[in-house]
Amino acid sequence: MSLPQQHSFGYGPVTCAAFNKDRTQVALSPNNSEVHIYALRGKSWEKIHELKEHNNAHGQCVTGIDWAPESNRIVTCGADRNAYVWVIQDGSWRPTLVILRINRAATCVKWSPKEDKFAVGSGSRLISVCYFERENNWWVSKHIKKPIRSTITCLDWHPNNILLAAGSSDFKARVFSAYVKEMESKPGPTTWGTKMPFGHLMAEFSNNTGGWVHSVCFSQSGEKLCWVGHDSSLSVVDSANGMVHTSNTTEFLPFLSCTWVTNNSIVVAGHGCLPMLYLHDDQGNITFLHKLDKSSSQSGGGETISAMKRFQTMDRMAATEVSTTDPNTIHQNTITQVMVHTGSKEQCEKFVTVAMDGKMVTWDFKSLEKSIQGLKLM
Amino acid sequence: MSKNTGASRFRKVDVDEYDENKYEEDVDESPTGTGPNEQEVNGLLQQGENVEALKRVLSNPPTGSKNQSEKSQAVSLVLRVLLSFKKSDMDKGIKALDSKQLDLLMKYIYRGFENPTDDSSSSTLLIWHEKAFAVGGLGSIVRVLTDRKTV
Repeated sequence: MSLPQQHSFGYGPVTCAAFNKDRTQVALSPNNSEVHIYALRGKSWEKIHELKEHNNAHGQCVTGIDWAPESNRIVTCGADRNAYVWVIQDGSWRPTLVILRINRAATCVKWSPKEDKFAVGSGSRLISVCYFERENNWWVSKHIKKPIRSTITCLDWHPNNILLAAGSSDFKARVFSAYVKEMESKPGPTTWGTKMPFGHLMAEFSNNTGGWVHSVCFSQSGEKLCWVGHDSSLSVVDSANGMVHTSNTTEFLPFLSCTWVTNNSIVVAGHGCLPMLYLHDDQGNITFLHKLDKSSSQSGGGETISAMKRFQTMDRMAATEVSTTDPNTIHQNTITQVMVHTGSKEQCEKFVTVAMDGKMVTWDFKSLEKSIQGLKLM
Repeated sequence: MSKNTGASRFRKVDVDEYDENKYEEDVDESPTGTGPNEQEVNGLLQQGENVEALKRVLSNPPTGSKNQSEKSQAVSLVLRVLLSFKKSDMDKGIKALDSKQLDLLMKYIYRGFENPTDDSSSSTLLIWHEKAFAVGGLGSIVRVLTDRKTV
């Protein structure tokens, strides 16, 4: 069995991360005001840039990073209420400050699919949609306020570059129109609705009566939306199928991140420290399929320990059996983010998880299918 | 010169009410249960129909009710049902519940830990907890913590 590729960036948490287009570089925040960029050298990752305060960057914790694949720009946002757009010039990354006009921390940021605008969620109960104004040579932000009643925790763009999904700690997942008439042509109708002036609430879904929303994700076509909440639930809405809203309250610890890996399959991960696969079928049912971390499914685990480990524990703890409280998974702490690495949300070949144990793990579906009996992506 | 009038009425003004950022709790439109029918449940208990009593007592919960006494009445009734189970029958009781009722049961178990009724109530509830946990997993405990609809 081949283990998933993993790399440790140190002992601190990785709060957020983003890859460049060809997946040879990754930008991540080690839970402080810095953004580190690592490049893949052979099999290991090597730090090549540090985006820090002394070159006019974030003064407080970075909370969101996104890397635009085509235009090769990075956008970051932080608890200092600022966002920066980074462009590489003569081998170093230069930031441009974006005025978000918010009075609470920014929590998440996402480039739109066409990379001509981005959205920032914040604790001031609004979403700043930012676009570049050529005449003034700066980024302008427009606010989506109503009817958001608490912190925006996560965002995702619809493939049409107009609609924006937002999860919030008021227990709601919403779909807004982020159509900026100053810079783009009128959008065609979608399954979420036809009229879309800026800030228009296209749909709103309640995540039961508890559990704020941690992560939202549109499917590749943009017809389905899935989200995970702090009540350990996973919910899906199919807009092409009469807005059928199904919710599955699971028996696991809450998930913090979710992504589609095919049109019907979702990978979720969070406090349970391992990724799991769920199926949303055409009838609208959500079914649990597999835990994707093989090491965890060997329950007990203590039978085949090496002689060395045995003597070590005898020596150290006077115990003949290995007993440990460490989680029996590859990630040793909460997974903060799941993202598609190779392929697309329609046909994912590899995905990546980053976690609070400082590790980044690449999971390959081909080798997962070999090692987990009965696993087949649908 | 300002004069000390001794007025203290202003201290009682709820200033948060005038804050435009004030978070207002969702008004829940879904009809809330009025609580289990005590007579019916007691009758079932007397006939020894514990499983049926458990199912009945976990339907129609007053979780959305503002009336605290109504809630605590339901709590004591649920606890009476739970404590009248024999250890060997508990699995049967758990099996008869759907996932919503199981989450609700978990809430009542934790509520029962809050105010133990007699010496043995917590130890019985711990057995219930173990069995409910075996089916509902960590998720059902998380939902006890996160759900705004308390029991």
